[in-house]
Amino acid sequence: MPNKVPITITVNGRARSAEVEPRTLLVHFLRESLNLTGTKIGCDTSQCGACVVKMDGVTVKSCTAFAVQADGADVTTIEGLAQDGNLTAVQEAFWNNHGLQCGYCTAGMIMTVTEILERNANPSAEEVRAGLEGNMCRCTGYANIVKAALAAAAVQQGG
Amino acid sequence: MTTRIFGSGIRRREDPRLITGQAAYTDDIKLTGMVHAAILRSPHAHARITGIDTAAAQSAPGVLAVYTGADTAAVLNPIPCAWAIPDSDLKAVAYPAIALDVVRYVGDAVAVVVAENRYQAEDALELIEVGYQPLPAIINPEDALGDGAPQLHEDAPGNQAFHWVAAGGDTDAAFAEAAVTVSETIRQQKLIPTPMETRSAIASYSSAMGELTIWNTTQNPHIARFVTCLVTGIGEHKIRVIAPEVGGGFGAKIAVYPWEMIAAFCSMQLGVPVKWTETRTENYIATTHGRDHVEYVEMAANADGKVTAVRSVVYAGMGAYLSTAAPGIPTILHGLMYSGPYDIAHIKADVYGVFTNSTPVEAYRGAGRPEATFLLERLMDKVADAVGIDTVEVRRRNLIEPFDNNRDVAIGITYDSGNYSAALDQLLGHIGYDGFRHDQGHEREHGTFRGIGVACYCEICGLGPSQVAGAVGFGGGLWESATVRIYATGKVNVFIGTSPHGQGEETTFAQIVADEIGVDVDDVEVIHGDTDITPMGWGTYGSRTTVVGGAAVALTMRKLRDKAKVIAAHLLEADEADIEYADGQFFVRGAPDRAQSIQDVALQANVAWNLPAGIEPGMEASTYYDPPNFSYPFGAHAAIVSVDPDNGHITLDRYVAVDDCGPQINPMIVEGQVHGGVVQGAGQALWEGAVYDDNGQLLTGSMMDYAIPRANLVPDIEVHSTVTPSPHNPLGVKGIGETGTIASTAAIYSAVMDALKPLGVTQLDMPLTPERVWRAIQESGHGNGHRHGHGHGHGNGHDHGHGHNH
Repeated sequence: MPNKVPITITVNGRARSAEVEPRTLLVHFLRESLNLTGTKIGCDTSQCGACVVKMDGVTVKSCTAFAVQADGADVTTIEGLAQDGNLTAVQEAFWNNHGLQCGYCTAGMIMTVTEILERNANPSAEEVRAGLEGNMCRCTGYANIVKAALAAAAVQQGG
Repeated sequence: MTTRIFGSGIRRREDPRLITGQAAYTDDIKLTGMVHAAILRSPHAHARITGIDTAAAQSAPGVLAVYTGADTAAVLNPIPCAWAIPDSDLKAVAYPAIALDVVRYVGDAVAVVVAENRYQAEDALELIEVGYQPLPAIINPEDALGDGAPQLHEDAPGNQAFHWVAAGGDTDAAFAEAAVTVSETIRQQKLIPTPMETRSAIASYSSAMGELTIWNTTQNPHIARFVTCLVTGIGEHKIRVIAPEVGGGFGAKIAVYPWEMIAAFCSMQLGVPVKWTETRTENYIATTHGRDHVEYVEMAANADGKVTAVRSVVYAGMGAYLSTAAPGIPTILHGLMYSGPYDIAHIKADVYGVFTNSTPVEAYRGAGRPEATFLLERLMDKVADAVGIDTVEVRRRNLIEPFDNNRDVAIGITYDSGNYSAALDQLLGHIGYDGFRHDQGHEREHGTFRGIGVACYCEICGLGPSQVAGAVGFGGGLWESATVRIYATGKVNVFIGTSPHGQGEETTFAQIVADEIGVDVDDVEVIHGDTDITPMGWGTYGSRTTVVGGAAVALTMRKLRDKAKVIAAHLLEADEADIEYADGQFFVRGAPDRAQSIQDVALQANVAWNLPAGIEPGMEASTYYDPPNFSYPFGAHAAIVSVDPDNGHITLDRYVAVDDCGPQINPMIVEGQVHGGVVQGAGQALWEGAVYDDNGQLLTGSMMDYAIPRANLVPDIEVHSTVTPSPHNPLGVKGIGETGTIASTAAIYSAVMDALKPLGVTQLDMPLTPERVWRAIQESGHGNGHRHGHGHGHGNGHDHGHGHNH
């Protein structure tokens, strides 16, 4: 058996310690060890973005990061967005604008849109589309995802 | 009620679990004692297995068992094909769960490892030694029929899986007499469906009870149960298939695959739950593909552009084995649709199904109808050129006149209702067709190459009358069922046989219920995807869920309304004939203030303290609905594209869709279906293609190489509609799930060819990648330095080059 390495990752505000094989992918640690299965695996090659989580304030593709790389980091997953049952503006906008169909890409889309709006509170549709270049959806044709992002921006701007 | 819930774009009721990460897809489910399977797959497209040594893998850390084809063949029957099209000499070749002595495509299973965790299972795969004697491989379906081609199956001489012909009229005579004939060779490239969730299964066998449960990412759990019964020999009554949250299908989750049968076998051997989940690369080689036709097609017309005949010879690749529904796709769902929305008197489809050393082919969104639409629209453009009229005008001259109840077409099927010219007229207005044509002439003089493409379509969906299913060799019925239960508290459960996986029927079916019986939509919960809980159904594909399954729900509600009326009359001490119903209230005509609500009646029905004589307790009903005909949605789509002649890049500038699916239960969901379908069809036109090398290796084996559309490559899709109810459906509805893909590939291809016309390019295979377009421009003598009097083509700044589709 490969040697295991102790790690501590703060996930959705809670410190989680474990011993993992060095090769354990962050996404597998989240899904298998912590049962946080809202983060999905879509491609294994960091193309599709279904596995996007936030790590120390920036989005990362958790299928292409080792759990040991997240040691000491602060990670937020889709399960960590809504607080006390209150959806974030981005989650609410995806719901209101039919920004999802099968839902499989949705966690990654919501995490990425959340970051797009943190960097640019009032993006254009083109800027949203450019920001989603690393997130694939096979159901929606992207139109309603873009619409949801713009709607969330408007809400967050108090519009 | 002031606003009718049927027709209202309410937000979806399935979304809260999906936007918070709480939904459970198959790979999210963990069972006590569950272990993990990984499948060793052939790296060769065609080879004889000379030996397998599993000893090292057997003793690897965490490994519980390693099995090969000899093990599984002792227990499992071959995987059956379920669509035996008649009069076609179909060769139902054996499809073993794990290959026995020959592998026939890259991805064929060779062995399976079961281990405590997935890392260990995959580690052990690398320790299995397999001896292969490579054999020559064949990928192109036309070449596979040729003399001297490598042979895949002893039972299918010449690699011919079937030969099927459908005809109406006298096509040969019509071609002989025609003023104009046009022809085209069309390569409908092989496509990889790519639902975002790969396939996955968990099998759990109870030896004490002899019961098998499979969590299966499937579009049709009841069909999966039936086929699992045939393969495992376990009684159908002892098999439970659960389709939990399913992350898209697009046809790739119709088939019952060897892989979940292997998982079942492992669980039967080991007595513990076994999970198997694909990697994406495994998905690309082992989950079914779509299309893969080589087509020779011709159209005959009068001098004024009136089309008289269409005929084809189609070589349809089946891949290495026949997948569950594969033979029906290039035949029933393709060859029978050669009239499209047009009045064509003479039609002949001549289709060969061919085995090739590639991943098996199945339904892929549209399944046969995108191919039929594409060839009709391509030939219409060529007829327009040949007779010298506008491409829209030639379509207008051939559209079937409006009809509202049944229209026979030459190939022998009957369309339900249509108003094709109304959709076309609306489309031309939205896209500004005449204005575009006017501007285009000037633009070309200044070196800007924009094109417009219009596609009209009519498609067959809402599958379908079971008697027809039987007559065309489909191994099952195509009816649907619903059971609705109204509890004493007035809350409603709807149990359905169909199995939505993103299409939103938990919402739209709740809208049907609310509309029919006046309960609040939030008081309705729709249950699907579990064969132990839901009544029989044939699944979600072929744009049939709302058309057939929705009709079953509506008719069930009408039964419950009738029962409620009898009980209400009793409670109101009135004659049933005097009872009226409106908005969930039953009352004596003229006295609506003294009403019994559906909730009042449901309470009384459930407690049964005071029911009229002869009325059974409970408020529950079921309907088994077999549709009298298919449904035939239609529409017209237009694309505007720009081509940069300096680098071959195509930009999709605008896309307008006008579709008619009859009355819309939820317009927001309809719009979403069109958005997604159109973009998927754009993928075929511009970016996607499964590329194999001469040895049968899939070169586009990951998302790095297979180019599905990305957000920055597509515009907003402009969606409009006309409403022509289906005369035979209780709700008047038609399907909408596939119309986008059916129309958009043809419209976008036509637009690109229109843009390339002044550059001398007249034929191109899809996908229309920058390299392919640039080369064609160079070869036509219109490349850099050869365009005189033209300015520079405008750059577009987008990176379209993320695919390797050569």
